[in-house]
Amino acid sequence: MKDFTYVSPSSIGEVVGLLSENEGCAALLAGGTDLLVQLRNTNSDVDVVIDVKKISQLNDISYDVDNGLSVGAAVPCSQIYQSDIILEKYPIIIDAASIIGGKAIQNRASFGGNVCNSSPSGDAIGAMMALGATCEIVGSNGVRTVPINEFFIAPGKNILMTDEILVALKVPPPKQYSGSGYIRFTPRAEMDIAVAGVGSYLEVDRKSDQILSARIALVAVAPTPVLSTSVAQMLIGNTPIENTIQMAASLAQESISPITDVRGTAAQRKHLIGVLTKRSLNLAVSRVK
Amino acid sequence: MNNSMVSMDKHRSVGTRPERIDAKEKVTGSALFGTDIMMPGMLHGRILRSPHAHARIISINTANAESMSGVFAVVTANDLPEADDMKEKLGESTINYKFLRDNNLASDKVLYVGHAVAALAAETPDIAENALELIEVEYEILDPVLDVRESMSTELKILHEQLRTLGSTNDKSTNVAQHIHHVKGDPSLGFDEADVIIEREFITAPVHQSYLEPHAATATWGKDGNLTIYASTQGAFVTRRQVSQLLQYPMSKIKVIPTEVGGAFGGKNPTYVEVPASLLSYKTAKPVRVVMSREEVILGTGPGSGTSIKVKMGAKKSGKITAAQAELCYEAGAYPGSPVDPGSMAIFAAYDIPNGQIDGYDVLVNKPRVAAYRAPGAPQAAFACEQVIDELASSIAMDGIEFRMMNAASEGTERINGKLHKSIAIKEILGIIDDHPHYNEPIQGPYQGRGVAIGFWDNWGARSSVDINVNSDGTVNLISGSVDLTGSRTTVAMQAADVLEIPLEKVKSSMVDTDSISYADTSAGSRTTMATGKAAVEAAYDVIGKLKLEIASLWNVSIDSIRYANGVFSSNKGKDTNMTFQELAGKLSGQVTGHGNVNVEDWAGAGGGTIVDVEVDPDTGQIKILKCTVIQNAGKAIHPGQVEGQMQGGVVQGIGWALYEGYEYDKNGKVLNANLLDYKLPTALDVPNIDAVIIEKPFPSNPYGARGVGETPIISPAPAIANAVQKALGVRLHRLPMTPSRILEEIGITSE
Ligand SMILES: Cc1cc2nc3c(=O)[nH]c(=O)nc-3n(C[C@H](O)[C@H](O)[C@H](O)COP(=O)(O)OP(=O)(O)OC[C@H]3O[C@@H](n4cnc5c(N)ncnc54)[C@H](O)[C@@H]3O)c2cc1C
Repeated sequence: MKDFTYVSPSSIGEVVGLLSENEGCAALLAGGTDLLVQLRNTNSDVDVVIDVKKISQLNDISYDVDNGLSVGAAVPCSQIYQSDIILEKYPIIIDAASIIGGKAIQNRASFGGNVCNSSPSGDAIGAMMALGATCEIVGSNGVRTVPINEFFIAPGKNILMTDEILVALKVPPPKQYSGSGYIRFTPRAEMDIAVAGVGSYLEVDRKSDQILSARIALVAVAPTPVLSTSVAQMLIGNTPIENTIQMAASLAQESISPITDVRGTAAQRKHLIGVLTKRSLNLAVSRVK
Repeated sequence: MNNSMVSMDKHRSVGTRPERIDAKEKVTGSALFGTDIMMPGMLHGRILRSPHAHARIISINTANAESMSGVFAVVTANDLPEADDMKEKLGESTINYKFLRDNNLASDKVLYVGHAVAALAAETPDIAENALELIEVEYEILDPVLDVRESMSTELKILHEQLRTLGSTNDKSTNVAQHIHHVKGDPSLGFDEADVIIEREFITAPVHQSYLEPHAATATWGKDGNLTIYASTQGAFVTRRQVSQLLQYPMSKIKVIPTEVGGAFGGKNPTYVEVPASLLSYKTAKPVRVVMSREEVILGTGPGSGTSIKVKMGAKKSGKITAAQAELCYEAGAYPGSPVDPGSMAIFAAYDIPNGQIDGYDVLVNKPRVAAYRAPGAPQAAFACEQVIDELASSIAMDGIEFRMMNAASEGTERINGKLHKSIAIKEILGIIDDHPHYNEPIQGPYQGRGVAIGFWDNWGARSSVDINVNSDGTVNLISGSVDLTGSRTTVAMQAADVLEIPLEKVKSSMVDTDSISYADTSAGSRTTMATGKAAVEAAYDVIGKLKLEIASLWNVSIDSIRYANGVFSSNKGKDTNMTFQELAGKLSGQVTGHGNVNVEDWAGAGGGTIVDVEVDPDTGQIKILKCTVIQNAGKAIHPGQVEGQMQGGVVQGIGWALYEGYEYDKNGKVLNANLLDYKLPTALDVPNIDAVIIEKPFPSNPYGARGVGETPIISPAPAIANAVQKALGVRLHRLPMTPSRILEEIGITSE
C-alpha cells in the first residue's frame, strides 16, 4: 500500500476545495469498507484520503412529509436500520442495510459508499433504485440532483466529476398503497456478495387493485445495477396476483444477459433473477399499505 | 516406560473442564502470534511469486531491486546449498528435501501460480512490496496440467522429467509419483457373489486449511553463527530440521521459538517463509520478518488434495458386503506427497470387507504442493465410500445404520491393507446414532432430509518430551516440546497434575523452544494430548520417584516403604512420617526434575459419525444445515469441553468442504478465488448448533485410555450432508463442494 495523506474536513466546501486541488489523486473515505481494500490491493494513484465522516450533512437521516427521506451519504448501515422512520416507511432500505457484509461491516459501510463504489452488485443501489431515489451531488459548480438510475456508467464507474461529492440520497415520500422489498441471493448467509439481486417497488390502486406504478431493479446481472423498464411497463395496469408476478419474472429473465464469473454462472443468474423477481414482488405486495 | 493406567481415584483434573491456560491471553489480544514479533532494526521480507502455472526459469535479474533505496538484500534459489535427494518422514507426511528446497525457492522451474521465486528484505513492507516489481524473471511458459486424470495419462505435460512412479519398473517420465496397491481376498469372486453392485465416481476440490493466522517467521542470524527463528509452526523441531537440511547448517545452531499459532490443521508442518527469512537475515545481518498475505497463503501454501475417486461395492440382499474396490487419484500439487496413503487406509476402514482392492495414485498437477489437512485424505475418501454405502443400503431396502452395523469393523478385523484393527468403537457409534433422538425424530417439512455417515481415522503416536521442575513452594513448571494448537498445554498439565496429586493451579505449563528441551514430533495426527500427555505422566512419575528418594533419605527409611497417596508421602517405618508434596518441596536437598521422553508406538485410531438435517431451496439450490449431531470415540475425554470443541470445529470445516470451499482455476492454472470473499468459508450464520456426543471406549495402552480426537470429526460431515441432500431432493451429488449452482444443474434447472 502506497503512503497517502489523510485529511478530515468538516464542511462540504472544504471537501470540494480539496478535490479540486488534488484532481484525480484524492479519494473520499466514508466507512472505508471498499476503499481500504482497494488501496491495499491495487496500485492506486491516491495521494490524499479525505474522510467525510466529520461532515454533519453526510451523517444525517431526515424525513418530512413533503420532501421525503434524506439519507446522508456517510450514514452507516447500522444507523440506518435503527431508524424508526425508515423501518416504518421504507422497509426495503432495511432489507439492504441489514445484509451488507455482516454486523462489523454494517457498523462502517454507508449507502453513499455503496452507490459511489458503483459495483454491479451493490445492494444499497438495488434498494435505492427501486425506490426511485435521487443523488444530491455538490461540486465546484454547485449542486445537482441526478436520478440514481442515471448515476452509473460501468463497473466501478459513475457520473461524478473529480471535484464532486455525493451528499445524500433522497427518496420521495412513500405513496399510499405502495410497497417495496429487496432480495438477493448469496451462497453464504453473511459476508457475501450478491450473485443476483432484485429490488421491487409497487404502487397499487386500492379500488381496482391495479398496479399504478412499478420499479424493478436488477442487481449483479449487468455491468451496472439496472431498472427493468419492460417489467415495470408490463406490471402497470395488472393486478399483483401470482400470474402477473410469474409473467414479470419471466420478462425480467428475458431482459438480461448476465455473464459467468467466479461468483456464478450466466445460467444460474438468469434463473435466479426469475426466482428473486417473484420473491421480491411478493415481499413488496405483502408490504403494501 | 510405565504402561499401566492411572487409576480412576486419581482423576481429579482429568475429565473436568478447567479454563484453558491460554484463554485469557488469546481473547484479550495479548498473546504473541508469529505476526506480532518485532525486533529492533528488523527488516520486512517479501516473496516474489510466479504468475505462471508451469514455466521454465530462464533468468532472474535482481540488480534493479537490489539497488533500490531501502532494499537490503535479494535471495533466490542460488543462495541455497544443493539439497540432498533424501526423503524423511516429518509429521504425517514424507518430505523430500530436494523438492522442499525447490518449493521454498524455485530453481529451474515454476510449477504453480504463486510458486516462490525470490525473496527480498527492505526497510518497510511497502518498499519490499514495490521492490518485488523490479526483480526481472524471464520465463519459458509451458502447458500446465490441472486435472488429476489428465495428468495421469499425459506424456507431454510433465512436471519433473526425472520422476518415475515409485514401485514401478517403467522407466518413463510421468506425473504419477506413486501407485499404492492393496488386495484382500478375491475381489472378483466377491463381486460375483453380490446381488447388487454400485459403482460411482467422485470429485473433490482442493481446499485450504484457512487458518486465521498467515504463515510468519522472524529470523535473526547472529554474529556468533547462531540462527534464531520465531515461527508460526505446529512443530518447532520439524521446522528446525527442515531449515537445517535446506541450509545445510547444524541443528544445534538453529533455535526455533514457536509462537502462539492461529490455526494450522496440518498446513504448518512444511516450511515456506522460515528459510527465505533466514537467508535474508544472513545476508543483511539484521532480523528479517516474513509474513504472508492471505492471497499468498492461498496461492503459495499447501491445501488439502483435490481428488478423483472411483468406488465399487457389492452386497448380498441380506445386507452383507461381499467386495469393495476403490481407485483413489489424489492431487499432490507440484511435488510428490499427496495423502493418498492415509486416504487409502481410511476409505473402507470402518467396515469388515471380505474381498477388497485399493489402488491409490499420488499425482502431480500444476497447483501448490498439498499439505496435511486434518485427517489428510480421509474426508475425500469418506465422501465417496459413505455415499456408495448409502446407495447400497437403499438398493436392498435396508436402513443405512442397520446396513453399516451388519458390516462394521471391530477389534481384530483385517483391513484391506492387511493390518488388524485394534480396539475400536464403530459398532458402539452406530448404536448411539440408532438410538439418538435426532436420528429418530420425524423430518419437519418438504425438501428436508436427514443423512448419516461414519468415518475412521488412524491417528498417530510418535515422540514427545516433557520436563517438570519442582519449585520450593510446591508449585511445578511443566515444559514441553509440543506446540500447543488446541489447548494441549492445559490437557497435558491436567494429566501431570493428577499423577502428582496436586491441583491444576499448581502446574504452570508452557511450550518451549528447541534449545530448551529434547525432541518432540510435530503437533499433528491428533497426537498431542495423547502422546505429550503420556510424556507428562512419565515426567510426573519420575518426579514422584525422585521425591521418594529425597524423603527416604530425609526420614532415613527404605524407599520401598514410602507411599504417596492423596498428595501426602508416608512411610510405615519410623515416626513423623507424613509429609505433603508442598512441605517436601520446601525441604529438598537438590533440584528435582522429572523427565518424560516418549516414543508412542502403540496408539489407537478413533471412529466417529455425523447425523445431519438439511433443507434445500429447490428454486435457488441453497442448502441450509438445520441440525447436526456429531458422535465420537475419545477413548477418554481428558477435557470434555476441548473434545467437544474439536468435534464442533471439525464439523464446521466439514460443512465448509461440503457446501462452500474449493479452489477455482482458469484453464491457464490461475486461481480465480485467492481471497476469503470468493474462497468461501462457512460463517457463524451458516452453521447450526452442533450437538457433540462423546463416547469413551478407553485405549488401554494410554495412561488415561485417551485416543486422538482432533481429526476424526472432519471426515463424516460431507458425506452425511450429501446423503441428506439425496433424501431431500432425490438427487445425489458426486462432487464437492455442493454449491447452489451445482444443485441447480443436478436438478435440471440449469445446465453447465
Ligand atoms: C467483508 C465485506 C463484505 C461486503 N459485503 C457487501 C454486501 O453484502 N453488499 C454490498 O453491496 N457491498 C458489500 N461490501 C462492499 C462495501 O461494504 C459496500 O459497498 C459499502 O456500502 C461501502 O460503503 P463505505 O462507507 O465503506 O464506502 P467507502 O469504502 O468509504 O467508499 C466506497 C467508494 O465510494 C467513494 N465515496 C465514499 N463516500 C463518497 C461520497 N460521499 N461521495 C463520493 N464518493 C464517495 C469512495 O472514495 C470509494 O471509492 C462488502 C465489503 C466487505 C469488505
